[in-house]
Amino acid sequence: MHNNVTDYLNSIVKSKPHKVAYSDGTDSLTFMDVYNISGAIGTYIAGRGIYKKPVVVFMSKSPAEVATFLGVVSAGCYYVPIDEEMPSERIRLILDNVSSPLIICDSLTAEVAEGFKKNDTDVILYDDIRSTLRNDSVLNDIHDRAIDTDPIYIVFTSGSTGVPKGVAACHRSVIDYIEQLSEVLSFSEDTVFGNQSPLYFDACLKELYPTLKFGATDYLIPKQLFSTPYKLVEFLNEHRINTICWVVSALTMVSAFDTFDDIKPEYLHTIAFGSEVFPVKQFRIWRDTLPNATFTNLYGPTEGTGMCCYYRVNRDFEEGDSIPIGRPFDNREILLIKDDDTLAGDGEEGEICIRGTSVTLGYYNDPERTAAVFTQNPLNTAYPEIIYRTGDIGRYNELGELIYISRKDYQIKHMGHRVELGEIEADVDALDVIRMAACIYDNDKKLIILYYIGDIEAAELNKLLKDKLPRYMLPGRTYKLDSMPFTGNGKIDRVTLKKMYKEA
Amino acid sequence: MEELMEILTSLHPDVDFDKEEHLIDDKILDSMDIVRLVTELTDKFDIKIKAKDIIPENFNSAKAIGALIDRINEE
Repeated sequence: MHNNVTDYLNSIVKSKPHKVAYSDGTDSLTFMDVYNISGAIGTYIAGRGIYKKPVVVFMSKSPAEVATFLGVVSAGCYYVPIDEEMPSERIRLILDNVSSPLIICDSLTAEVAEGFKKNDTDVILYDDIRSTLRNDSVLNDIHDRAIDTDPIYIVFTSGSTGVPKGVAACHRSVIDYIEQLSEVLSFSEDTVFGNQSPLYFDACLKELYPTLKFGATDYLIPKQLFSTPYKLVEFLNEHRINTICWVVSALTMVSAFDTFDDIKPEYLHTIAFGSEVFPVKQFRIWRDTLPNATFTNLYGPTEGTGMCCYYRVNRDFEEGDSIPIGRPFDNREILLIKDDDTLAGDGEEGEICIRGTSVTLGYYNDPERTAAVFTQNPLNTAYPEIIYRTGDIGRYNELGELIYISRKDYQIKHMGHRVELGEIEADVDALDVIRMAACIYDNDKKLIILYYIGDIEAAELNKLLKDKLPRYMLPGRTYKLDSMPFTGNGKIDRVTLKKMYKEA
Repeated sequence: MEELMEILTSLHPDVDFDKEEHLIDDKILDSMDIVRLVTELTDKFDIKIKAKDIIPENFNSAKAIGALIDRINEE
């Protein structure tokens, strides 16, 4: 029985050593390359005496980054991916949280990484360690002592106080997820993935590990192609990509511009989408273009290890309908829990709570915020059992399919990312020139709208925010106000703000 | 052109669109911006921008975008 994700690699390298595992269209690594490089990096880390510690991987998205993840894991450590797309303040908060002894970077990120160097953190180049002489006895010893409830990675998500939360997942959760997902989407050795998601989110698990499990091939699609739909489809065809699991905004980018009038994906047969509600109009364009492909809606929070529910589209939808999130993968249960901690009845709404192996370990170095959402199952008073409360509201429809209704709080889904409006507000409020800030979300145009009072013009403010917030959290519109509307009990009146926005 | 500048400025109020000539190459406009931009151009100018036209050469500067709009209008 597998109890460590490196088991997949150790097994596949024997049967398919020379097949390409990961490629970005330019650079490729075979399974043997991945085995060798990860073994070298694992040996290096172990040689430094670093064991069961977080190791930061700060590299550009590449096959080499994937091999580095596996190197960290084979040293008995867990990887913490960060990326140059992240604003420096966010990177600093992440590094403070994990206090990693080691940052692995590449030639493109080295300069920035050096800037984050601290006394107790070493920065090392991938190229300097990738050829370390592999020490099998050290690596085998680490492997023999592996426990599947130890962490494999920490990935960071948005937090409402402005401090990101590091979700730590263990091997067992990832293995369970990979096995369930592979069955539902029928992955095999013939699968050719076209990966869209950044490697610093759990979304990339969908491709990274099934590739090792089956000896499939995973193309890490260069990000700039998602700005050029025609070239993107050309890339899919050139590499015979047959399976994609993309955020809805990436799929919409292709379908919304009549790309399929000029070029069609020739090999695609499995399409999964998630992170947002897929507008039926755009979905239909995809389905009409690829009538023989399967389409699967996926749903799940990072805290539940990748995706947690799926719905294989098997009927037509009207525009304005929402495609269900369906049912949980096997070996996990969704509880719809009402405010009074009882189960929602037929057709009733409740908070989507996850139970089972897929529930992650919690937020790293953050007991308080962990305790708030990783709680004892209120339906079980007999023994300790942790469930994760997603903050999403759902209900079952008359067909018994789970439907997503909305967020419980101010958290929104924006361009595939989970964004807490409160975090944006907190960052804006933190500026000296700002007296007050409030955000609303334009769900139709998919825009974050920022209102503020302060001694700064909107253009200047946006410039400042670019250094503080990730790209996907930047407001799409920014308005200066003379006064902020308040509700009776002194809270910012977001309903009025929405009205003002609509009337403007 | 004025309307185009208005749309661009609303996307990035801090960018001087008269001067920038590498909007895509320098990653000033990313894929989300392109989606928004193309959607707004389609609405405002009542034109149809084809997927084939969504390439860096046509979006690297306000001038290039303007030229693209003119070209589509002529066709």
